[in-house]
Amino acid sequence: MRLGEIITAGVLALFSIFLMYYSAQLPIGYEQGRGPGGGAWPFWLSGIMLVTTGFIAWNWYRKTSPPSQSEGPVLDSYGWKMFAQVGGGLLGFIILIDIISMYGAMAVFLVYYVRILGRHSWLLTLILAIALPFAFFFFFEGLMRITMPSGMSFTGPFYDIMYEIIY
Amino acid sequence: MEVLGLLGDGMWQAVQPLNLMLILIGVTLGLFIGAMPGLGSVNGVAILLPITFLVPPGSAIIFLAAIYYGAMYGGAISSITLGIPGASTAVATTFDGRPLALSGRASLALVTAALASFIGGSVANLLFTGFAPLLASVALSFGPPEIFALMLLAFATFVGLGGDDIPKTVFSICIGLVFAAVGFDKITGTPRLVFFDISGFLHGINFLVLAIGVYGIGEMLWTLDSTRGKITKSDAKMSVKGIVNDSKEGMKRGWKGTAIGSFLGFFVGILPAAGATPGSLMSYGVAKMVARRPEEFGKGHPGGVAAPEAANNSASTGSMLPMLTLGIPGSPTTAILLGGMVIWGLTPGPRLFVDQSEFVWGLIGSFYVSNFFALVINLAFIPLFIWMLRMPFTILAPLIFVLSVVGGYAATRDMHDVWLMLGFGIGAFFLRKFDYPLAPAVLAIVLGPIAEQTLRQSLLMSKGDPTIFVDIVNRPVATPITIIAIILILLPLFKYIRDRRRGTAQTPSG
Repeated sequence: MRLGEIITAGVLALFSIFLMYYSAQLPIGYEQGRGPGGGAWPFWLSGIMLVTTGFIAWNWYRKTSPPSQSEGPVLDSYGWKMFAQVGGGLLGFIILIDIISMYGAMAVFLVYYVRILGRHSWLLTLILAIALPFAFFFFFEGLMRITMPSGMSFTGPFYDIMYEIIY
Repeated sequence: MEVLGLLGDGMWQAVQPLNLMLILIGVTLGLFIGAMPGLGSVNGVAILLPITFLVPPGSAIIFLAAIYYGAMYGGAISSITLGIPGASTAVATTFDGRPLALSGRASLALVTAALASFIGGSVANLLFTGFAPLLASVALSFGPPEIFALMLLAFATFVGLGGDDIPKTVFSICIGLVFAAVGFDKITGTPRLVFFDISGFLHGINFLVLAIGVYGIGEMLWTLDSTRGKITKSDAKMSVKGIVNDSKEGMKRGWKGTAIGSFLGFFVGILPAAGATPGSLMSYGVAKMVARRPEEFGKGHPGGVAAPEAANNSASTGSMLPMLTLGIPGSPTTAILLGGMVIWGLTPGPRLFVDQSEFVWGLIGSFYVSNFFALVINLAFIPLFIWMLRMPFTILAPLIFVLSVVGGYAATRDMHDVWLMLGFGIGAFFLRKFDYPLAPAVLAIVLGPIAEQTLRQSLLMSKGDPTIFVDIVNRPVATPITIIAIILILLPLFKYIRDRRRGTAQTPSG
């Protein structure tokens, strides 16, 4: 944790500088008759962020913050495994949205999580993986008129049937 | 007495069969729309606006107002049960509602939210009925320095009373404010902070994307990691006796938050361009500031649920006030209502109370009726929400992830934001490991646009002189608020100096 805290502070300091650089593409000072420039607000706030990372590093050096006193790992083997399984599942879910549509990706993610990670029965898994995407479809597309990503063209026939029902 | 007579007529109009039916449908629909992450009252009102052309204008606005009310109640449900703010107005409810739910006290949080919402709505209705024209003129006298001072006070409460590591809290506020600045500079219209020329940044970073990332994905990863996968299901319970006890406890520990939210929320609600979201966040901040133990806020204090919930209901009524009396909408939802009124042939403004008295008092009457039914319907649905929490965690967790992704997309209809939300979620998970408080970042991204705009307008007014905020002669309202905010910001430093003198200084970071 101790090493992780100072690395995080360093990354955030670099991020603050990055934000200052981007903000400085617009005027950052006071322009007579026009007020503060468009970049002033984010630039000076990023500057404050940079200063606070200095304080965080100072506190780390003096071991006054709890993470700076801890010698334990940021994530242990269980933590990394959980992060890989859940984070990887989410990543796969979002990648699949553009391929098999929001509803298709939702069904695949639910099968992955409920059956593989949760070890629930196939019956429960399939009920959830089929019923939820349909419920979401009718709520968002039917009631709220919000169109979710429909994926690649091969999902077209399925959508034709579904739109036939709601319109 | 004349007002009471008019109100009586209005309430009689609101309980006519057609209007009553519309109120019941509107409140129920609003409850579920508000509870759905990514959707808020603005979506419900906008989408259902065309349906209102099937009924008379008086009934139409009653229906839309009922949706607005229902959504204000509904926003708290997903904030508490799932940890994902159902709407921007319920972001602050997550801060204490979610910890209460995680500790098996979801019913206390839900009952407190429902009662505080009802009280907030009732107080706002009374203020609206009695002082509408007067309050509208007071709200208009609030200029950019006063509004900026209020924003500063909201941020200052997190710094001075957060109980968290001060540099990390300041960092969190600043990063939220910078994220709020992404997109276009609203004053000059120039693109700003469009990283690597990715077009998705042009529409800015929606606060819901950050909030869902932090509280949906980040919070779930944190829970999965910290519980070592041992959670199988929440031990949330529900019984009639439990509701009664929770009501008593919620009101006992949340009365101060309810009172603050009811009055402050209403006043922030009537400020043009403010609305229920800043109202609820500011009420949370002030409730924390005046609490006997502010360090308990953020860890599951009923006052932290009561304040934003009373405020968002109160503000939703308050934001109707400038719309009806001056023709100035106080929130995006009231802007759509205003559009509807124009389409129905009504002209909002000072003459509306005279020319369309029946319409106005029918609407005001419907506020009372909607508020009552929203409470009843909300309480009736609480067992269902508690049942949801009793689901095994291995089912609840994927549902929350699915809702997060769908909500992240629905907020802006852009896949860029879904990716951004995932990034925020993972970033929040790691930052939380190092004790970075994340609630201030969410607060800042919501209030950021108003804070920046009012600061720039104020400095333009004063020709760059920052003393405009402490000019007691010309700015008698802004000055004390700014001074209180500065004292709060410096409070940790005062405490540190005092402790050093006593030789007890231990953790200057916090």
